[in-house]
Amino acid sequence: MGDLTNQQFYFLISVVKVVVVFAVLMTVLAYLQWVERKVIAHIQVRPGPYRVGPHGLLQPLADVIKLVTKEDLIPPHVSKPFYILAPFLAITFSLLSISVIPFGPPIMVAGRETYMQLANVNIGVLFILAVSSMGVYGIALAGWSSNNKYSLLGGLRSCAQMISYELPLSLAIASPLLISNTLDLRKLVDSQNGSILHWNVLHMPFPQIFSFIIFLIAAFAETNRVPFDLPEAENELVAGFHTEYSSMKFASFFMAEYANMITVSCMATLLFLGGWVAPWPAEYGSSFVPVAIFAAAGVIALYHGSQAKLKMDKLTFPAFGVIFLIIAAIFVLPIVQTWLLPLFWFCAKVGAILFAFIWIRGTLPRFRYDQLMGFTWKFLFPVAMLNLLVTGLLVALRP
Amino acid sequence: MDVILFFVFAIIAVVCAINVVVQTHPISSAISLVGVMGSLAVLYLLLGAEFLAAAQVIVYAGAIMVLFVFVIMLLNAGTEKKEGKSLVVQLLGVPLLVAFLGIVAFFVQRVFPTTMVHFGGFTGGGVHEIGMALFGPYLLPFEVTSILILIAILGAIVLARKEMD
Repeated sequence: MGDLTNQQFYFLISVVKVVVVFAVLMTVLAYLQWVERKVIAHIQVRPGPYRVGPHGLLQPLADVIKLVTKEDLIPPHVSKPFYILAPFLAITFSLLSISVIPFGPPIMVAGRETYMQLANVNIGVLFILAVSSMGVYGIALAGWSSNNKYSLLGGLRSCAQMISYELPLSLAIASPLLISNTLDLRKLVDSQNGSILHWNVLHMPFPQIFSFIIFLIAAFAETNRVPFDLPEAENELVAGFHTEYSSMKFASFFMAEYANMITVSCMATLLFLGGWVAPWPAEYGSSFVPVAIFAAAGVIALYHGSQAKLKMDKLTFPAFGVIFLIIAAIFVLPIVQTWLLPLFWFCAKVGAILFAFIWIRGTLPRFRYDQLMGFTWKFLFPVAMLNLLVTGLLVALRP
Repeated sequence: MDVILFFVFAIIAVVCAINVVVQTHPISSAISLVGVMGSLAVLYLLLGAEFLAAAQVIVYAGAIMVLFVFVIMLLNAGTEKKEGKSLVVQLLGVPLLVAFLGIVAFFVQRVFPTTMVHFGGFTGGGVHEIGMALFGPYLLPFEVTSILILIAILGAIVLARKEMD
């Protein structure tokens, strides 16, 4: 690799990064749905997807094949240009924001330093806000162009909801930025380096625990998730804004929703939970946490494999147990630790927030529409404002 | 590269702006206006004013135009009818437009004869610089503008309350 010029190297590494991030993101999108169905099923004491592959693990693949091969209907009464444009807008804007999110610290590839990030912009936070604020057009246009009263109501609700919750969301984002004093997502994480006490959620002079909660609540509304999923409330609006969509156009909205969830979780991780920083420094043994977790998972899987009642489980549980043990062994290797550990902590934090998304979906009922609007304007917005003012005051008084 | 990007997005902006007027359906016009805002943001970005570009997208494309679309959807406004144009418009419309553009071009040429555009050469567009400018030399205009906006909000509330009573 020594004869590559800098420009060739950066072109090559960018292509590799784009391919890797895209492939991983698509896989995660597909499997996030499997995880969601499984978790909700277990909350409701039922097994969930079980037939396609071991424990339904091939269900996402089957879903993708089903969605791709379905007939792509365009109803005759729709406003065609916008009907076709809407899913494109939704999926484009939701995938675009992943491009500026850093997943880890700089790593050395072939003797050169590169970041685990597709593109670095020094206004990363604003970029994500801008892109996500454009995402509402996909939903609004889908609702309007379908020429269907349920779709229109869904589109209207989502418009109003997303505009309203963007205010507390932006204010909640602004407070940790005051503490970190940067808009660059990499520097944001660098400013939280150290231990859990340096993360913005617990950082002095004013722990951002309130803005973290406000951010999460507003994020639930921005991504149209339960308990704020009024744009697609089944019992009132059939399927809301995507009632008239089928096949890949429907899948685009579906993917956009999950991609937005991932983006918002990444944002929460970077802004409040210290990004890829471990909860306590490596000299106190934080680098052995992933090893312990994967080894424990492997041992548990092996144990269940030996106790399994189903014939299939006797094969699959030990197989997964061995895979987990191998992953645990990889985490011990010092060569990969420099980039694998930050990646592990980033994924762990994002995964925890995504789990909270699913958990709340399985727990809380839906808001009523007037409650939804009253909650944000009369409670969330003033609280976020107050939080920003207190943070600003304490940061200004900081010696 | 910058020049090519400038021309691409300048042309998109102009085409979208013409489309705003030409389209008969309000939603199409509104979406065209979003296109204008977006390409203007890219032009700001080319000039090195990254904060302004982000603010342009967040505020205009992401908030104000969403409200426009929202209101159009809420009122369910239909396609406008094209009414017959008067004789004066038909005869003088195009020549007057060309003359106006010519005059604008002439004065721009006269006032800024030697000013060159340096893409990305402007360094005052960062968040820090804008913050220092807003709370430094431009503090009074900034505060006055915010009071102006506050008055507008209060006026809207007063008007809305009168309807409710």
